[in-house]
Amino acid sequence: MSEAAISVRDLRKSYGPVEAVRGLSFEVARGEVFGLLGPNGAGKTSTVEILEGYRDRTGGEVSVLGFDPQKGDLELKQRVGIVLQSVGFYPRATVRESVEQMAGFYPHPRDVRETIALVGLDGKEDQRANRLSGGQQRRLDLALALVGDPELIFLDEPTTGFDPAARRAAWEVIRSLRALGKTLLLTTHYLDEAQELADRVAIVKDGRIVAEGPPSELSSRRSSYRVTWLEGGQRREIETEDPTELLHRLTGEALERGEQLEGLTVTRPSLEDVYLELTAEEESAAVSEPVVRS
Amino acid sequence: MSPVALAWRQFRFERRMFWRNPSAAFFNFALPLIFLFLIASVFGLNESDREILIPGIAGMSVMTTTFTALAFNVVFLREQGILKRMKGTPLPPISYFGGLIGNAVTNAFVQVGLVIAIGHLLYSVPWPHDWLELIVFVVLGVVAFSSLGIAMAQLIPNFDSAAAYVNAVFLPMIFISGTFYETKHLPAVLDAIARVLPLRHVIDGLRGAILPNQGLTSHVEALVVLAVWCAGGVFLAVRYFRWE
Repeated sequence: MSEAAISVRDLRKSYGPVEAVRGLSFEVARGEVFGLLGPNGAGKTSTVEILEGYRDRTGGEVSVLGFDPQKGDLELKQRVGIVLQSVGFYPRATVRESVEQMAGFYPHPRDVRETIALVGLDGKEDQRANRLSGGQQRRLDLALALVGDPELIFLDEPTTGFDPAARRAAWEVIRSLRALGKTLLLTTHYLDEAQELADRVAIVKDGRIVAEGPPSELSSRRSSYRVTWLEGGQRREIETEDPTELLHRLTGEALERGEQLEGLTVTRPSLEDVYLELTAEEESAAVSEPVVRS
Repeated sequence: MSPVALAWRQFRFERRMFWRNPSAAFFNFALPLIFLFLIASVFGLNESDREILIPGIAGMSVMTTTFTALAFNVVFLREQGILKRMKGTPLPPISYFGGLIGNAVTNAFVQVGLVIAIGHLLYSVPWPHDWLELIVFVVLGVVAFSSLGIAMAQLIPNFDSAAAYVNAVFLPMIFISGTFYETKHLPAVLDAIARVLPLRHVIDGLRGAILPNQGLTSHVEALVVLAVWCAGGVFLAVRYFRWE
C-alpha cells in the first residue's frame, strides 16, 4: 500500500463567518511521524478534529487510511487511535478496567497488561482514574488510544502537563510506536518535541501552512550559525554563514593573549527560531480597527 | 463482537460503575423510598390512601431512575469529555446507549419491584392484580422517560446547573400527576396539564394494574398519550443529541 495514510487537499472549515482553516493541504505517508505546529487559534485543532471525524469540513478533500472520516465508518475507527486534550475517563473505573473496557471495542487489541506497562502505569492498575495525577491521567489517555493497536495515531498535545522525566518516557513510547511502523500525527506546543520526534512538520498560521518539511531543513532554512562567547565578562554574539573562519580568528586571538575563550557556543537556529519568525504576529495589523456601531 | 454483545458488555460495565457512585445510588433508590415512608407516616394514611400512594411512588421511581438519572448522567459524560472519547472509538453508538439506558431501565424495574414489595409487606397493599398491565406501563414509562431524559440533557448547559433544570421539570410533574394523592382534587387547569404529561398516565396505569380493574382496554387514553411521548422523546433525543 503506497497510498498516503492521510491526504488533505484544500481543506476549509468555517464557523459561521469565521474561517478557521483556509485551504490547507498536506500528506502524511504511512509510517511517518508528522508534526502540526502553530499558535493557538491557528486551525490545528480544527484540522485534526476533522481528520478524527469529530467535525465536518466546509470544503476540500480529506482521506484517512482511504476513508472519508466525516462518514464515521466504524472500520476506520478500529484502525485509528486518538489522544485528545482534556477528554475524561469514567472517574470510578480503575486503570485496568478502563483499558480493558476500551480493548473490548477493537477486533485485535493489544494485551491490556502490556499496554499499561508500555505507558508506565504498571503498579497503578487498581487505582481509580479520578485518583491519578494529571500526568498519570495523560498516560492513561495514551494507553486508551494504543490498546486497540491502531495503525494511525492522533496525538493532540500528548505531553502537556508532564514532568521532564514523564516527557522523556512518553517520547520513548512515541519512538517505539514509530519503530513498529505506526503513522503518527502529532500536534504540539513544544518545538523541541517536534524537532525530537517528527519526521516532517508543518507550521500552521491563520488556517494556512506557512512552512513544511523535515525539522532540520526548516531550521537551517535561515542557514546561518550563531557564535557566542564571553569577552571581559560581556556576552558577544555574531551570526555568520560560515563559522570556520570566525572560529579560527577567535581561537587564534585568545591563544595569542594566552587566555581561555570562555563560554563559546556555536548553534544553528532551532526549529523554535524558525517557528517564532514565521508565526510572529504583525502586531499592528493584528490589532483590528475599531468597529463603529451605529 | 456484534452490537448486541457490545451493548451487553457496556451494560455490565455501567452496572459496576453505578454501584461505585453512592450519590447516584441514593437518588435512584433511596429518594422515592424516603418519600414513601415519610408520607405514609406523616399523614397517617388509611388503606385506600396507601393504595393511591404505592403506585404513585412506583411511577415516580420510573421517572427518577430514567429521566432524572439519564439527564444527569449524559450531562456528566458530555462535560467530562467521555462522550467525545466514546465517539472516537469503534463502539457503535447504539451499543453505548444501549448499555447506558439498560442500566437506567434495570434500576427502574428493580425500584418498581421494591416499592410494590414494600407496599405489600409494610402497608398491606395487594400484590398486582394484572401483571401484564404493570409491565406494559413500566415499559412505556421507561421508554418515554429515558428518551426524554437524554433529550433534556441537550438543554442543560453544564453539570452544575443540571439539578435546577431537572427539578424544574420533575418536581411540578410529581405534584400534579397524582403521585401522593388522588388527582380528582386538582384544579381544572392543572388537571388538564397533567393529562398531557406522561407521569400521570404511568401512575394511572400502575394503579390500574395493582388494583382490580377492567384491564388494559380501560386505559386507552393513557396508552395513546404515552405512545406519543415515547415517539416524541426518541425523536428529540436522537435529533438533538450532542457528543460535546
